Amino acid sequence: MAIKDWIRERFFPHIWCPGCGHGMVLNALLHTFESLGISKNEIVMVSGIGCSSRISGYVDVHTLHTIHGRALAFATGVKMSRPDLNVIVPMGDGDALAIGGNHFIHSARRNININAIVMNNRVYGMTGGQYSPLSGYGTLATTAPFINIDHAFDISRLSMAAGATFVARTTTYHTKQMSELFKEAILHEGFSVVEVLTQCPTYFGRKNKAGNAVEMIKSFKNNTTQIGSKAKEQNPDLIERGIFLQKDLPEYSREYDKVIERAKTKKR
Amino acid sequence: MAKAKLKQHHINRAWCKGCSICVEFCPRKVLELDKKDKVVSIRPTDCICCRLCELRCPDLAIEVESEKAKEESSELT
Repeated sequence: MAIKDWIRERFFPHIWCPGCGHGMVLNALLHTFESLGISKNEIVMVSGIGCSSRISGYVDVHTLHTIHGRALAFATGVKMSRPDLNVIVPMGDGDALAIGGNHFIHSARRNININAIVMNNRVYGMTGGQYSPLSGYGTLATTAPFINIDHAFDISRLSMAAGATFVARTTTYHTKQMSELFKEAILHEGFSVVEVLTQCPTYFGRKNKAGNAVEMIKSFKNNTTQIGSKAKEQNPDLIERGIFLQKDLPEYSREYDKVIERAKTKKR
Repeated sequence: MAKAKLKQHHINRAWCKGCSICVEFCPRKVLELDKKDKVVSIRPTDCICCRLCELRCPDLAIEVESEKAKEESSELT
């Protein structure tokens, strides 16, 4: 199947700004689908609210566009009723970790087989550039015109502490790595989190004088390094990319099937 | 591995938003923006079919058709 067969062409050109990182994530995700060789009927994408969550509307698989922050709750329902389907939840940083923070940590704790993709552009783009829990100390936003004094979450460490069994990070510059990580996350049995550093040239870029889309992507290239590289030892400020954690633990929907079996065979 | 040879760049001008990501990250500087801020292939003979433009385009507006890809697709069908 060609890439174009995976999209709903009637909605194109999409609503995202020129140079938006979300389009690059969409592109990588479509390449992942193609390389997996699975059918459209086996994939469900569930998203909440935000620029990034619009991704579900463009992909021609089963899609649910739900309420802000609650995509993982809806996705849990889908997975529990149809454990045979691949459930993918694309979220923005605010959607995943502010509005949906609680759903996020508890989905991770349960280790339910859902693939969470967190597109971290460090800003609320759709509503006008307010700071998010990932903006970080010292950044500027429309709601922090002097300076943002909130510290950012570390998505990877948060996910690992909450119990996710696959945790990875990449950027929009590293598009091939992105596709590979998506693939591994989809094939992983358990809750997987892939954080993608994406650019919002319209709000984060402009407010923080980070330049246009191209300059922001170049900064991802220059400020990140593969996990365990020598460059990290020399420059501890570099952000690591790659798979932080991949382990096998009992998966929630399968465990629930066992509960059903127990209920059928035992009286109590 | 046989070297892929470019057949054509398929550029969807209606979808291209002129962000110039493909232009900047092309290793052979094959692409440029025209007066209307849409991407055009101006040095197609330099193209090495690495497909980085296609993979990075946020608007899915560019596709690289190579001779090798054509063979592969005909094998599949």
